Amino acid sequence: MADNRTITLQVNGKRRSGTTETRTHLGDFLRDELGLTGTHLGCEHGACGACTVLVDDEALRSCLMLAVQAQGTSITTIEGLSDGAELSAVQQAFREHHGLQCGFCTPGMVISLTAFLKKEPNPTERSIREAISGNICRCTGYQAIVKAGLKAASVLREEP
Amino acid sequence: MADRYFGESVERREDPRLLTGHGNYVADIKLAGMAHAVFVRSPYAHAHIAGFDCSAAEGVPGVYTVLTLAGLGEKYADKRMAETYPAPNIKQAIRQYPLAKDEVCYAGEPVALVVAESRAIAEDAAALVDIDYTPLPAMVDCAVALEAQAPRAHASSPDNIVAQLHNCYGDTDKAFTDAAHVFKRRFRQHRGGCHAVECRGVLAKDDPYGDGLTVWSSTQSPYLVRRVLARHLEEDESRLRVIAPDVGGGFGPKAGVYAEEIVIALAARILEMPVKWIEDRREHFTATNQQGDQVWQIEVAANEAGKMLGLRGHIIADNGAYVPYGLRLPFSTTIPLPGPYSLPALDVRMDVVFTNTTANSPVRGAGRPNAAFAMERAIEAIARGLNLDPAAVRATNFVSVDQFPFQSGNKAPTGALITYDSGDFHGCLDKALLLADYAGFKERQAAARRDGRYLGIGMSSCVEDTGRGPFEGATIRVQPSGKVLLQTGAAGQGQGHQTVFSQIAADELGIDIDQVEYRSADTGMFPHGIATVGSRVAVNAGNAVSKAASQVRDKALQLAASLLQADTADLELVDGMVCIKSSAEARLALADLAARLNPIVGGELPLGMEPGLEATAYTDPQGSATASGTNVAEVEVDIGTGEVRLIKYSVAHDCGRIINPLLVNGQIEGGVVHGIGNALFERMHYDADGQPLSTNYGEYLLPLATEMPPIEIVHQETPSPLNPLGVKGAGEGGTIPAAAAIVTAIENALEPWGIIIDDYPVDPQTICALLDAAGSDSAHAAR
Repeated sequence: MADNRTITLQVNGKRRSGTTETRTHLGDFLRDELGLTGTHLGCEHGACGACTVLVDDEALRSCLMLAVQAQGTSITTIEGLSDGAELSAVQQAFREHHGLQCGFCTPGMVISLTAFLKKEPNPTERSIREAISGNICRCTGYQAIVKAGLKAASVLREEP
Repeated sequence: MADRYFGESVERREDPRLLTGHGNYVADIKLAGMAHAVFVRSPYAHAHIAGFDCSAAEGVPGVYTVLTLAGLGEKYADKRMAETYPAPNIKQAIRQYPLAKDEVCYAGEPVALVVAESRAIAEDAAALVDIDYTPLPAMVDCAVALEAQAPRAHASSPDNIVAQLHNCYGDTDKAFTDAAHVFKRRFRQHRGGCHAVECRGVLAKDDPYGDGLTVWSSTQSPYLVRRVLARHLEEDESRLRVIAPDVGGGFGPKAGVYAEEIVIALAARILEMPVKWIEDRREHFTATNQQGDQVWQIEVAANEAGKMLGLRGHIIADNGAYVPYGLRLPFSTTIPLPGPYSLPALDVRMDVVFTNTTANSPVRGAGRPNAAFAMERAIEAIARGLNLDPAAVRATNFVSVDQFPFQSGNKAPTGALITYDSGDFHGCLDKALLLADYAGFKERQAAARRDGRYLGIGMSSCVEDTGRGPFEGATIRVQPSGKVLLQTGAAGQGQGHQTVFSQIAADELGIDIDQVEYRSADTGMFPHGIATVGSRVAVNAGNAVSKAASQVRDKALQLAASLLQADTADLELVDGMVCIKSSAEARLALADLAARLNPIVGGELPLGMEPGLEATAYTDPQGSATASGTNVAEVEVDIGTGEVRLIKYSVAHDCGRIINPLLVNGQIEGGVVHGIGNALFERMHYDADGQPLSTNYGEYLLPLATEMPPIEIVHQETPSPLNPLGVKGAGEGGTIPAAAAIVTAIENALEPWGIIIDDYPVDPQTICALLDAAGSDSAHAAR
């Protein structure tokens, strides 16, 4: 017999609620119950980082968290980073530097870097590589992503 | 045509939606009434199946059906999947049944399908499907597959031979008899699997009284999938629509046709509801085709100056359990020999053998990295054996710039002579060595050794046959709004097709790139296509776009000329307008011309013109556009831990005329990192019973950001004379030489111990073991 709960949480600034089995992970809940398919599932064993979302401003792997654990939290997914058509500094930097090819690892990559740059406004190439060492990309070889990270950091430092 | 966009690093049109989470991958698609499917797969590498008991699984609440081969329908009960690439030298073209019949031949082979209201319920039920297996001896190591007592990968087969290939030209016997020097090398090559971050997936919906079956698949080859589905289901292709939506990386293994595509389509038909299957990452390790091992022995004959006179070799190539992909991988291994070198005589035999592992598929580079590795081993053996500079040996042996078009001597399976259309291999070598500061390396290495550190440098050169036919196509249609619709059969997995083809179309039509609307990879929208493989799409579809756009341009000018009472020679296309040159007055918008050619209400078609400001064009490339390059890897080896640190990686790359440098660099960087994975990290482990031992990313290592070196690139452009745009493919050139360059660099670092590496990927344990074995010879110790 399935064990269902109704949970309520903030997602991208909006109050959302939904019903979930207790065994369902957060990634599946966001995608299937809330229709936010921007968060991708690459491995479901916490290795690839594609499913990374912000939970109370911390970058976490949504495949390693049960949906019910997100009760009462505030979540930001990739859909919540841009302001209408205006891309965030990290997203814009990815575009300029060709930091994405197939786009599948990208939401997790962008979220991870967004969280990192909030903590570390003056990153080095090395510290960016370490920050994304938990995000697997098979397309880019990472170099363009690192460049995008450095560019985004410099743009964010300029902002008032 | 004015080159406003061609050659520019235009930002991608694909990016805004992908960056904001609005991609549309198979897993994202939701259809009303959709059911979810999970495959039951063989836990044994080789077993006989006596029977199936699905009753417990069927009894789970929420399960709609459990299907085995018999349940797919009587028409399919004895039907193996179609041969996609038949070849006369395939001795045993054994393909799998979409669901196993009475024998399973690899761990992971699909045996049954559970369809339920949710994936979780389907997974619960899948665990309850009871199959009566009797394990059989498993054939695992391809190196012993030809031995008389080797287990048969297929129980009723006389042997494990898929095919035996023989490529030879010139007189190798004489070459070896006359040669001053003969060098031998044996090595094993392992290239791992796909590991796109998006696993595979199939969604099917049947509309039997309407348009028939629609199948969404994470595939590189929608038209091939349609063709094979049509054959298997005995349906007309017009009743089958295959769509590749956004695909999260392909790299080769998503280019074949899979059992899952047939089974999910049939399940949707049987259940009369849409059915979705998304591959689980653990499944991916055995369910998705991967490149099998190759065991090589070569000997090379050389003269005193280090010039190669002949090369002989024998390869055992692991085909895996089935032949879904013909001999594509074997051919792409032997035909690229002898690489960028002018070799007078070649004699290479390849035994392609069955094993009880997942079927073989090309993985980025296909067999070309294997061929490049072999040639570079030969070159390095000569350099080492004759104490010559490896760069000099390459220069001595390269095809020279005045020899193009150059016939290598080798032949395609059709018998056609392999021809390199253009290139400057010496130029790439020089550029790469300069970029890598090769001249300064000896000093860097010496200084490091004084500090007890071991640096090494390795180079590797390659050719790549790109842009092969038969064709791709494009339709360009100017809409009444003025937007330009670009439709093509080409399928993308992140290469930036939309951007690159929009650049070409926008240049030809004199419009802003944002005026182009792009549609692709849908057999219901564009009639014919082939596949995105072998770095062929830019050459094929790029030229088709250019051709179609120039036909539209001609038609627009022709109509405008009659309306403006001018000569076409006096007209130009600027910003979506046809204008009389040097006159601001007389102008006609493309939108207006399009409307005139499509007069729905009233009006008449201009005399002698066909409706629509549009054109469809296909390309028919002759031969292949030869890309080439040299890579140089500089490494440091820690002799205490065996760790290899990549210091710098330099690439000189020639893909003809570059459409978008930003995107080409991305392909090269990504390709190099894939090659680094091959050299140092990616190994799929099986035990002696064919059990996969590395089925997660803790055990199968993918390249991560922290271990990657700076990758520097210098471009050389030798335009291809074989296509109007002069372009060549760029998708695999970073990967092809990479493993060879890195392995050579490691050997160079460990030269004091005389270590030769004969297997890759090279892990720290292997380096430590090699050092331990060599350590007894203290005459070679450093300092």
